[in-house]
Amino acid sequence: MTATASRPRTGGPTPPTRSSVAGPTPLARVKTWLGTHVSMIAALAVLVYLFVPVAYTFAFSFNDYRKSNIVWNSAAGPTLKHWKDPCGAPGVCDALVTSIQVGVIATVVATVLGTMLAFALVRHKFRGRAASNVLVFVPMATPEIVLGASLLTIFVQGFSRFGLKLGFWTIVIAHVMFCISFVVVTVKARLQSLDPRLEEAAQDLFAGPGATFWRVTFPLVLPGVVGAALLAFSLSFDDFIITNFVSGDATTFPKFVYVSYLRGIPAQANVIGFSMFVIAVLLVVAGQLIGNARKR
Amino acid sequence: MSALAHVGGGTPGAPDDGPPQERGGRSWAPYLLLIPGTIWLLVFFVFPLLQLFTVSLQSGFPGFPGYYYRDVNFGNYLDAITEFAPHFGRSLLYAGLATFFAFVLAYPLAYAMAFKAGKWRNVMMICVIAPFFTSFILRTIAWRQILADNGPVAETLKFLHLLPGGRITETWVAVVAGLTYNFLPFMVLPIYASLERADPKVIEAGGDLYANGLTTFRKVTLPMSLPGVIAGTLLTFIPAAGDYVNAELLGSDRSTKMVGNVIESQFFRVLGGFPTAAALSFTLMAIILAMVFVYIRKFGTEELL
Amino acid sequence: MALFSSGGAGFRAAKGDLNLESVTKQFANFTAVDDLSLTVPRGSFFALLGPSGCGKTTTLRMVAGLEQPTRGRILIGDTDLTGSRPYERPVNTVFQSYALFPHLTIRDNVSFGPRRRGDSDAGKAAEDALELVQMSSFATRKPAQLSGGQQQRVALARALVNRPEVLLLDEPLGALDLKLRRQMQVELKRIQTEVGLTFIHVTHDQEEAMTMADTVAVMNAGRIEQMGHPEELYDLPRTSFVANFVGQSNLGVGDVTGTDGDNLVVEVAGTTVRIPKARSAVHSGRITFGVRPEKVRISSDQPTGAGNDVKAQVVDVSFTGVATQFLVTVPSGSTWAVYEQNLDVQRNTLRPGDPVWLEWDSGHAFGVEVDEAAAAEAQVAS
Repeated sequence: MTATASRPRTGGPTPPTRSSVAGPTPLARVKTWLGTHVSMIAALAVLVYLFVPVAYTFAFSFNDYRKSNIVWNSAAGPTLKHWKDPCGAPGVCDALVTSIQVGVIATVVATVLGTMLAFALVRHKFRGRAASNVLVFVPMATPEIVLGASLLTIFVQGFSRFGLKLGFWTIVIAHVMFCISFVVVTVKARLQSLDPRLEEAAQDLFAGPGATFWRVTFPLVLPGVVGAALLAFSLSFDDFIITNFVSGDATTFPKFVYVSYLRGIPAQANVIGFSMFVIAVLLVVAGQLIGNARKR
Repeated sequence: MSALAHVGGGTPGAPDDGPPQERGGRSWAPYLLLIPGTIWLLVFFVFPLLQLFTVSLQSGFPGFPGYYYRDVNFGNYLDAITEFAPHFGRSLLYAGLATFFAFVLAYPLAYAMAFKAGKWRNVMMICVIAPFFTSFILRTIAWRQILADNGPVAETLKFLHLLPGGRITETWVAVVAGLTYNFLPFMVLPIYASLERADPKVIEAGGDLYANGLTTFRKVTLPMSLPGVIAGTLLTFIPAAGDYVNAELLGSDRSTKMVGNVIESQFFRVLGGFPTAAALSFTLMAIILAMVFVYIRKFGTEELL
Repeated sequence: MALFSSGGAGFRAAKGDLNLESVTKQFANFTAVDDLSLTVPRGSFFALLGPSGCGKTTTLRMVAGLEQPTRGRILIGDTDLTGSRPYERPVNTVFQSYALFPHLTIRDNVSFGPRRRGDSDAGKAAEDALELVQMSSFATRKPAQLSGGQQQRVALARALVNRPEVLLLDEPLGALDLKLRRQMQVELKRIQTEVGLTFIHVTHDQEEAMTMADTVAVMNAGRIEQMGHPEELYDLPRTSFVANFVGQSNLGVGDVTGTDGDNLVVEVAGTTVRIPKARSAVHSGRITFGVRPEKVRISSDQPTGAGNDVKAQVVDVSFTGVATQFLVTVPSGSTWAVYEQNLDVQRNTLRPGDPVWLEWDSGHAFGVEVDEAAAAEAQVAS
C-alpha cells in the first residue's frame, strides 16, 4: 500500500463534468467513486493484511505433517483429521483451557478493580489523584519484558515463601496487573463522556444515590465496561512475553505454540487458533445483528 | 468499544453560571474505590520494579556463577550499556519504523471505521481485535513461512528483481514487518476512538474551506485525532521496543537481535545473567519513559496521564 | 393523574409559596448568588431573567437541591428545605439539555419519578403526562429517535408527572428554533394554567420571560435588580441594567437642575428634558435619562409642543414591515433608536444624513442611577 492510497478523503471531489449535459464521463465516474470510497478500500486492504496469517493458519490446519506450519505435505493432501480431533495433540487442549481460565479470572478481577479505579479517578477529587493517574499510566508505558522480568524476580525471591509457586496463579496475578490499566483507560473514557446532568436528573426525580447509580450511571457506563472486559480478555488470551516469564510449568496456548515451534507445531494448534478467531468474530456479529433487530 | 481512548473530551462543562459542583460529598468514597486496584498495582508492579532495581545492582560471587550478593554495583549498568548498545539502537530504530508504518496503515482503517462503516463499526472493530485470538505466536510463525526464502512474497520480489539481498526473513525488514503487523491494532483502536468523537460535519466544513483533500486532512482531520495518534504511537512503540519474539522468529541470529532478546537470554539462558538482565530492563524502561515524557510534553496531552 | 403518593424515606412534602431567605452561594473564588431574598407565590409563573453568569442557574440549582447555599434558607410554605437532597424535595426540573435517560424508553423516562416514589400507578401517570404534552404516540421510542422539540415535551412530562410543588425550567427552549420556541411558549403557559403549579423559569431571553411569566425578576451579578410584572418592568425600569436588558432604551447621562411641578428638570448634553418624579429612581445630582424607542416620534420639522424634543441626524433606516426603525445621532453623541409604526399609506421619505427632530411625551421618560459600565455598554450596543 502506498501513502497516496491510504490518504483518507473527505467527500468526493466535485467532478468538473457535472455541469455538462452529457453527464459525467465513465472515467470521471470511476474517479468520483474512488474519491468517495478510497478510505474504505484502503481500510479493507488493511483488514485483509491483518487476516493473511490467520488464513495461513486456517490453510495449514488441513496439513498432514508433523511440522504442520512449516512444510505443506502435498503428498498426503488436505486432511480433515485435525478438525475431527482438535485435542489429538498432547497438551494442546490443556493449554487452551488454561488460557481461557486465566483469561476469565484475570478479566473479571481486572475489570472490577479497573472500573472502581476509573470511577474514583473521574468522579472524585482527592489527595493523590495525580499520583494514582501516573500509577495507572506507567504500566502501559513499561515494556512487557520489564514487567515479566520484575514479576519473576519477586515470585522467585520473595513470594515463594508464602507458598506461591510459579504457575497458574502467578500468570493470573500478572495478567490482572497489566490489564487493569487498559480497563481504567477504557472505562474512564466512557465515564468522561457521560453527561453529569443525567445523574442530576435522576436525583431530581427522587432517585437516591443507590437508585441513581444502578438505574442510570451503571447502565450508561456498561458498554464501556463490557468493552474493557473484552479488551482485557483479548490481551490476556494473546499474551506471551509476560506469561513466559511467570508461568513456571503451566502452559497457556501461546506458550504451547512457542515451545512446540522447534519440534513442530501440531496442526491441532492451527485448528484451535483459527476457531478462536471465528468464534470471536461470530459472537460480535451475532451481538450486532441482535442489536440491530432490537432497534427496529 | 472505545478502547484505549485516552481522549478526554466530552466532559460537559459547568452550568452556564457558576463552576461545576464538587462531586462525592463523602471523602472516604474515592479511597474505597481506589484501594483494591492501587494495592494490586503497588504490590505487583511498583514493588517488583524496586526488587528488579536491587537485583540490577547486585554483584556475583567470583567463581560461583549464579550466586549474588546485595551490592550497589552501578557497573552492571555500564557493562550492559556498553556491551549491548547496538541492541538498544536496533530496538529503538525498529520500533520507530514499525510505529511509522503502523500509523500509515492504521489511519485509513480507523478513519473508515469512524466515518464510513456505519452500523458495521463494531464488526470492523472485532476484525481488528480478533486476530489476537489466533495468537500472536501462531501469526508470527505464519509470517515467517509466508516471507520465507522460497515463499510467495520472496519469489515474487526476486522475479521482479526487487530483492537485492535475495531474502526477507532473517533480515531487519522481516523484523520491522512483524512488529508493524503485530502492534497495528494498538494503533488503530485509539485513533478510531478519537475520530469517532469528532464531528464529521467539521471535516465537511474543512472540505469546503480547503479545496484539496490533503490540506483538509492535515489541517482538520489529523489535529482532531491527535490525542488518539499520540496514544496509538505510544502503545505501538513501547511494546515494539521491548519485543523479542519477532526478532527471534523472523530475524537472524546476530544482526537483528533487539534488547528484548538479550534480556530474555540473560534471564533464562546465561548463568549469572540476572543483574545484567535487570540492568538492561531498567535502562530500557528509563529510555522509554524519558522519550514518552518528552513526546507528551511536546504534543501537550495531559489527558494521557 | 396520580396525586401525591407517600414519598420515600426522607421525602419532604410541602405546600405553599417558595421562599428564599438571604441566600448566598459562594464558589472558590466568586460569589454566584449574593444575599438573595425572594418570595414566589404558589401557582405563579415566575421568570428569572439575566445574562449568563448572573447567578440565575445557580439559584435554580439551589432550589432543586443540586447545590447547597453557603448561607441563607430555602423554604416551601413553612417547610425548610435547606440541606435536603434533591430526591427529598417536592421540586422537579426540566433541564437545559433535557437530560433524558438515553437507555430508557420515553415511557420509562416519564415513569422514572413516580416509580422511585413507589407509585403503584406509575405507568398510568406516565401515560397521562405524555398525553398532556401530546407525546403519547412516542411512548415506546428512545430519546435519540425524537427531535429537539419532542424531547423538550418529554422532559416537561417527566417533571410534571410528579406534580411537584415547584417546577423548575432551566432555559427549556434554548435549543429550539424560533418558530418552535414561540409555539412552546404558548404551550408552556397553557400547561401551567391547566396544572396550576408554581413554575420557575430561568432564561436569558427577555421576550421569552415576558411572554410567559406573571412575575419577572431581572438578575445581575448575583442580585435581583428589579422584580415585577413584565409590563411594569418594561414601562418603568428602575436601573440602567434593566433598562438595557429588558427591551431597548435610549439613554443619556445628565444632571438634575431643578424641579417643575411633579417633574424633574434634567440637563443632558445641552438639551433640557423632563422626567416625572414618580418615574425616577434619582432626584438630584447625576442621573441617567431614558425613553423607549417606540415612545419617540420622529419628524422633519421642529415640533410645537413644550420641550422634550431634540435635534438629531438620521444614521440608518430599516423597514421591517409593521414598523420602520431609525437609528439617529443625538447631540450627546450617542445613537438612539426610534420605532415608527407604519400606519400611513405614504412612505417614509427620511434618508440617512437627514436632520430630524425627536419628540416624546415627558410622561414616558424615566430616570435611573448612573451606571458607568452599563452606559458605556449601551452606547456600544445601540
